[in-house]
Amino acid sequence: MSDINTIIKPENIIYKKTDVLTDNVMHYCPGCSHGTVHKLIAEVIEEMGIQETTIGIAPVGCSVLAYNYLEIDWQEAAHGRAPALATAVKRLMPEKYVFSYQGDGDLAAIGTAETIHACNRGENIVMVFINNGIYGMTGGQMAPTTLPGMPASTCPAGRDVSHDGAPIKISELLAQLPGTCYVTRQSVHTAANVRKTKKALRKAFENQAANKGTSLVEVVSTCSSGWKMTPTKANEWMEENMFPYYPLGDMKNE
Amino acid sequence: MAKAKGAIVVDEVKCKGCGVCVTACPTKVIELAAEVNGKGYHYAYMAHPDNCIGCANCGIVCPDTCITVYRAKAGATA
Repeated sequence: MSDINTIIKPENIIYKKTDVLTDNVMHYCPGCSHGTVHKLIAEVIEEMGIQETTIGIAPVGCSVLAYNYLEIDWQEAAHGRAPALATAVKRLMPEKYVFSYQGDGDLAAIGTAETIHACNRGENIVMVFINNGIYGMTGGQMAPTTLPGMPASTCPAGRDVSHDGAPIKISELLAQLPGTCYVTRQSVHTAANVRKTKKALRKAFENQAANKGTSLVEVVSTCSSGWKMTPTKANEWMEENMFPYYPLGDMKNE
Repeated sequence: MAKAKGAIVVDEVKCKGCGVCVTACPTKVIELAAEVNGKGYHYAYMAHPDNCIGCANCGIVCPDTCITVYRAKAGATA
């Protein structure tokens, strides 16, 4: 055991919490992907040295309180309106880095119009899209991204495609618009995937610095409370069920 | 028993016991404690410290960023 004490010294630290994250304990459920993505955004902001010049647009949903966790400037948007607010902030302050952080209910349901038009105009912003296939905050209702046959509180027998339509692949849709420069789908369930997602976020912020247009980083995520599984089981379920329908990788990289 | 190359310090107060780090650890160093913290969660701890290689996978996947990872510099271990 003396071994361990010789290793635990400040000069041996290879991984610790970035100072861009606040010390607040996140309100998210255990194992929630939101925490990991928050951390990655904070690390990218720290590495790029843009803490003083970044403005986040918080959504409605579980991540409505994102402004409590990242030590940057924030604006809170009405439900689904984050891309519209991000447009305004970026146009008024083009020297700032602006990103929206939205869930699937926010980005792909209530805010579909704002999302599509912001991407079509090619607003020079980063959009982070957390897709867990369910409305987590409000009690696990069916979302536009809920998989066929996947149970939710408003479709306890599973989503019926003949009645509710098929889940919307919003990233594929947005990749077709000329305004987007980078559309990618990632996940944060393993260390390797976390590293890839961080690279994707870094690229998205660099695209903004280069005035390239809208970058969308979708993160296929879990909602262990909404899915009624343990966090590790939810990660396995996501691999087996979400990834075949929402394959990971770049859809557009210009 | 392998000589430890790394070590972790878990913020036991913040840890929510999700177990994502347990799955992420390639050398099965981490387990969830039988005891609970103030919030009632079985927090993560180093059950097999000798096996730690200091890869930082646990820290990277931790949603609550409550793991600090240390790794001994090459040749520095006594």
